[in-house]
Amino acid sequence: MSAVAASPAPDPPAAPRPRAVPHLLAGPATLLFAALVLTPLILTALLSLNEFEYATGRAHGFTLAHYAAVLGDPYYLEIFLRTFRVAALATGICVVIGVPEAYVLSRMRRPWRSVFLLVVLAPLLVSVVVRAFGWSMLLGPEGPVNDVLAVLGFGKKRMLYSEGTVVVALVHVMLPFMIIPVWTSLQKLDPAVEQAALSFGASRATAVLRVVAPQILPGILSGSLIVFGLSASAFAIPGLLGGRRLKMVATIVYDQYLSDLNWPLGAAVAVILLAANLIVMLTYHRVVEGHYRKRMG
Amino acid sequence: MARNGPVALIFHTLVVLFMLAPLAIVCLVAFTPENTLSLPTRGVSLRWFQAVFAHPDFVQSFWNSLWLALLAATLSVVAAVPAAIAITRYEFRGREFLNALFLSPLIIPHLVLGVAMLRLFALVGATGSFGWLVASHVVIVTPYVMRLLIAAISGFDRSVEQAAYSLGASDATVFRRVTLPMILPGVTGGWLIAFINSFDELTMSIFITSPSTVTLPVRMYMYATESIDPMMAAVSALVVALTAVAVLLLDRVYGLDRVLVGQH
Repeated sequence: MSAVAASPAPDPPAAPRPRAVPHLLAGPATLLFAALVLTPLILTALLSLNEFEYATGRAHGFTLAHYAAVLGDPYYLEIFLRTFRVAALATGICVVIGVPEAYVLSRMRRPWRSVFLLVVLAPLLVSVVVRAFGWSMLLGPEGPVNDVLAVLGFGKKRMLYSEGTVVVALVHVMLPFMIIPVWTSLQKLDPAVEQAALSFGASRATAVLRVVAPQILPGILSGSLIVFGLSASAFAIPGLLGGRRLKMVATIVYDQYLSDLNWPLGAAVAVILLAANLIVMLTYHRVVEGHYRKRMG
Repeated sequence: MARNGPVALIFHTLVVLFMLAPLAIVCLVAFTPENTLSLPTRGVSLRWFQAVFAHPDFVQSFWNSLWLALLAATLSVVAAVPAAIAITRYEFRGREFLNALFLSPLIIPHLVLGVAMLRLFALVGATGSFGWLVASHVVIVTPYVMRLLIAAISGFDRSVEQAAYSLGASDATVFRRVTLPMILPGVTGGWLIAFINSFDELTMSIFITSPSTVTLPVRMYMYATESIDPMMAAVSALVVALTAVAVLLLDRVYGLDRVLVGQH
């Protein structure tokens, strides 16, 4: 630790005196991440290529059969499609609710702005199990939403264990992840630009659409990406609100590992999920970086 | 500054209601005197809270989660402070790679980390070990700590350190008396956000806990899939209360908007 401050150079990045210093400083964390992130991921990728014997439960040899099974079987295809549909729907709704909400928040006056920012973002830190349980009560057969529907004359609806319920709960969990990046890009926005558009005779809607929206687009994109990625791999919400029939990718991995004990097949699904996540993230990074480079000239 | 119109405020009210509704109903139902999940319309009772404290599984899981979160947050800060200093202050080969590696648990689904850890633990014979569970939690909370620390370290004026050196302070003294106090809000903020995230983690933990190391969220998930009674609401209300305390603390120490939204 004492070597930390050993380079009183004028400004970072400083030229270190002994070359080993940064490696020593980052050493413990590097070892931990090598042992508990890189190694397990490599082991899982290898496991997904092993053959599986149902009789003995052993995994050995080399095969691509699990990938073929997952990508070719209509049962798995349906689960992947459902996961994709639910995640896309949740993302779309988060954009429709989160972007205007971030805009409204950014136009609030001083004390209210931070108060409501906390109110809207703090549920993020409450355990997802609690929030899923809350939704199961709200939308349950005896829940307040059903009471309201009955009073309005729609009759009671069976809402639990449906895709709609999973989407609603996902939107609740993911909304802060949409509001945060949009809020951040709104903070960078110069309010004078919007004022200028208005003073040149643009309508409110034109000013928002042509002046504000293009500048917060990167925030919306990055929010959508986080929301989509997290929704597609969400476990607690479909597990508690989707029930046994409404399977999604995460619940199928759980079943393969802890009920069927077919680890290689579960590993193959996990690897596909990880690969899809990384491809989406890196493509986005490319697109946004390219976009900015073009604008910089 | 332009003001929000009535439509905007109605929309905002609906969003706030939507965000608070599931938490509010959990806290209300926890006080029901009935045997079923119902709002306490006929009096208020603490019987389900008593049931939680009399339930050995929930009590044990609570202590497991508390120790796990305390240890994981502390170890994460201890590993992340030097690593963040290395990344922000030194130019060395592999710096970009390490930076990406330390932040990678943010973009790897916890589900994938869970099955990956399970495989590793099975191979090294560590299934169900509390120590390995702590280590796995250190990994998933470190990105949050790292982000706050990197912001804290790259944001401060190094001339203060140089002044201390020129007055003859040793490396150790400069770190202890100058560097550490200046990055302290980042350290405590990072510790708290790490604690909250570790305490709440479900998706990875469900794969790697054994009956004796089950954490509170895993216990609650299992309980909710098997039986539904107001005890679950009482546990949830306690978790909401605990989180609220941690959030208020975090807001005091570091500013919740700075933790969640970033510097501005």
